[in-house]
Amino acid sequence: MLAELGLALLWTAATLSLLQLVAGALALTPRGADLAGLVRPVAVVQGLLAALAFAALIALFAQTDLSVKLVAENSHSAKPLLYKIAGTWGNHEGSMLLWVTVMGLSGAFVALVERRLPEPTMLATLAGQAFVSIGFYAFLLFASNPFTRLNPVPPEGNGLNPLLQDPGLAFHPPTLYVGYVGLSVAFSFAIGALVTREVGPAFARAMRPWVLGAWIFLTLGITAGSYWAYYVLGWGGWWFWDPVENASLMPWLAATALLHSAGVLAARNALRAWTVMLGVVAFSMSMIGTFLVRSGILTSVHAFAVDPRRGSFILALLAIYIGGALTLFALRASSVTEGERFALTSRESSLVFNNVMLSSVLGIVLLGTLYPLLTEAMGEKVSVGPPYFTPVSAMFAVPMFVVMAVGPLLRWRRDGLSRIAPLLALPLGLLVLAGLALVLRGGIRPLPLLGLALAPALALASLLPLRGRDLRRLPLPTWGMVSAHFGIAVALFGMACDSAFTAERLVALPIGESASVGPWQIRLAGIMPVAGPNWTALEADLVTSYDGGTEVHLHPQARMFWAPPQNTTNSALHTRWNGQLYTVLGEEAEGGRWQLRLWWKPFVPLIWLGGMLVALGGVLALLGRVLGDIKRISMRRRAAARRIGPRA
Amino acid sequence: MSTLAAPRWTLWLPLALFCLFVALVVLGLITPKNTDIASKMVGKPMPAFDLRPAADGRPGLATRDLQGGHARLVNIFASWCLPCRVEAPVLGELARQGVEINGIAIRDRKEDLAGYLAANGNPYARIGADDVSAVQLAIGSSGVPETFVIDPAGVIRYQHIGEIRPEQVPMILDKLREADRSGAGR
Repeated sequence: MLAELGLALLWTAATLSLLQLVAGALALTPRGADLAGLVRPVAVVQGLLAALAFAALIALFAQTDLSVKLVAENSHSAKPLLYKIAGTWGNHEGSMLLWVTVMGLSGAFVALVERRLPEPTMLATLAGQAFVSIGFYAFLLFASNPFTRLNPVPPEGNGLNPLLQDPGLAFHPPTLYVGYVGLSVAFSFAIGALVTREVGPAFARAMRPWVLGAWIFLTLGITAGSYWAYYVLGWGGWWFWDPVENASLMPWLAATALLHSAGVLAARNALRAWTVMLGVVAFSMSMIGTFLVRSGILTSVHAFAVDPRRGSFILALLAIYIGGALTLFALRASSVTEGERFALTSRESSLVFNNVMLSSVLGIVLLGTLYPLLTEAMGEKVSVGPPYFTPVSAMFAVPMFVVMAVGPLLRWRRDGLSRIAPLLALPLGLLVLAGLALVLRGGIRPLPLLGLALAPALALASLLPLRGRDLRRLPLPTWGMVSAHFGIAVALFGMACDSAFTAERLVALPIGESASVGPWQIRLAGIMPVAGPNWTALEADLVTSYDGGTEVHLHPQARMFWAPPQNTTNSALHTRWNGQLYTVLGEEAEGGRWQLRLWWKPFVPLIWLGGMLVALGGVLALLGRVLGDIKRISMRRRAAARRIGPRA
Repeated sequence: MSTLAAPRWTLWLPLALFCLFVALVVLGLITPKNTDIASKMVGKPMPAFDLRPAADGRPGLATRDLQGGHARLVNIFASWCLPCRVEAPVLGELARQGVEINGIAIRDRKEDLAGYLAANGNPYARIGADDVSAVQLAIGSSGVPETFVIDPAGVIRYQHIGEIRPEQVPMILDKLREADRSGAGR
């Protein structure tokens, strides 16, 4: 019954999104004005129904209802409850349902709370949101129905991919999805603004918190995903430039650029067309990423649910939505009058530079991701990896980091470098000193060296906006900016340390013998079998000590899952203040020796700590904006009450 | 003061780029997928290398050993590779039919390899040890096992990806005969 109920809810939600589109569009015409009151409530109900349908699917997974095809294919009765629930989105159909749910709920949220925009723009925005939703509802209902029944009912399910049975991964996809799909709000705002030609500071101020919210989730999702890949795959790397990773990075880059350009539009009424275009591009990148991953058009290590027919369906949706939005942009953007002027040395210019650099990195990542496809069309097979992505994106990232240090110190409209030069002397000195020390030390490749030299200077420079300010009265968004920029410097330091100083060893040890990696001594004390809820494993007992210090026991495992049958390696990590020891148990070699992979990675956790600081910056900025809005609204109410008071 | 007003045609640029993207992926979707990675070295001479012997009783392998006489096989294998064990009897059969098979053992240990050859037979005339996959990569092999047909002039004529199955033996013999002809024609 629950599956049929879920399907009915989904159909109803889809129908309501059609109503939302038609009512919203008609309400913009003089004769349809009566329909305006319908749009917001319909958006809210549509979102709730989608959420209920998703809840129904979660319930089916939680009780392992094997008569539902999706559950039988992706779950197993012996799985822990957490992974039964996580199985809901660990597959194609379920994750698409999560997609429309997030889309519906964010539309509902906008309909409930957004009051800053002129009503026609709001109607066009909600109609736009519904327009995009309809396509994804159709995709679900016609090509990816999650509620299909199975007859006869199988006695047991296939289970969830063991790699996905990890607490980190259970929550990483929903986090990313909130980010990806949250950007649909920016897309709809851009469409709404283009339709009504209302692009100005009010539009930017209205759009900014939504972009911030989505961006926070994207940042967290990417950070968590990178850490997951780092410790679950057992390869010791944290970023592989895999198409799936690129698919999450591209919307993040676009959203980061959008945040900064929306800041310029909100404060100075400049960069109008550019901001609108980024609003379109950010969500387009989410959709393109989804398409690239789901259609199987690119070979990826974690491609799942590869199906060319679905690929064509999503491609058609892409063509309609992105093509349509970009056509609207081309037609309308010329009538969006140019904004305020500003000098070359100004806060605006630095933000424009940041935008150009972020967009360039975005272009480079997109090109690299698509390049194998391009050459295959010409009959050549290539694969594009870190040797392309890392240096080429660094070419644009490094100048961007420099401007990230300088920009926040500049004033709006017009400023002189001579004013801020004394401020910059300190970080510049630090940069030169660090650079010299590293060059004298020798043995570090150019790119990590550049990162190591830049990071401390950037960290220092990112704190400069706090200088001479009363910290108790500093607005929250400024704290947010400082935290995010500081986080970038911290992450950069972690990345550079990882590539400059990582020590790696592959050894085959008999029990009782030791090996060393970096400053660590590691003794294989024993191997014992252990049993988990749906797996058995061989577990190594490693006695490790840093530089002859206290002994720490680490227990890396080689796990054998039996539903589905698959082996995974579970690495064991030990984190110190100055880095991480990373151990992986391999296979038994001849003669009772065991293969061990050992890494000593100095300062590598800073990569994810930096990511968290960046996300924290987003949270602070969002909190500041929302609190500011609430304060303004309550003040206006009080003022209105006072005006009415004496008369009563 | 700058204003960043773009000329009108640039507004169509994003759409044009997107259309290119769609054209590209449509092309990608309609062309069938083939995930085998063919070596770029087919049709080219064997690169220069000189590998030390990997097992007692068999000499190592160098480029000069792969010239003259008849066409021969170079088999990329390893003691740690399961499909290689499956392939071993088929290689044995080819050797019995008089085919010269040269082995390149990838990232192997002497004692492991000796155990492997003792258990699965030794069809190899020579076995070179490729400890860091240098030669494997140089001849464009992306996995184990792979087998290359080398003509008498030392030119790579055919690459077989994966293990040679019993039913593929006649095909391999055909390739060797073809290579003999093309090598002799030089």
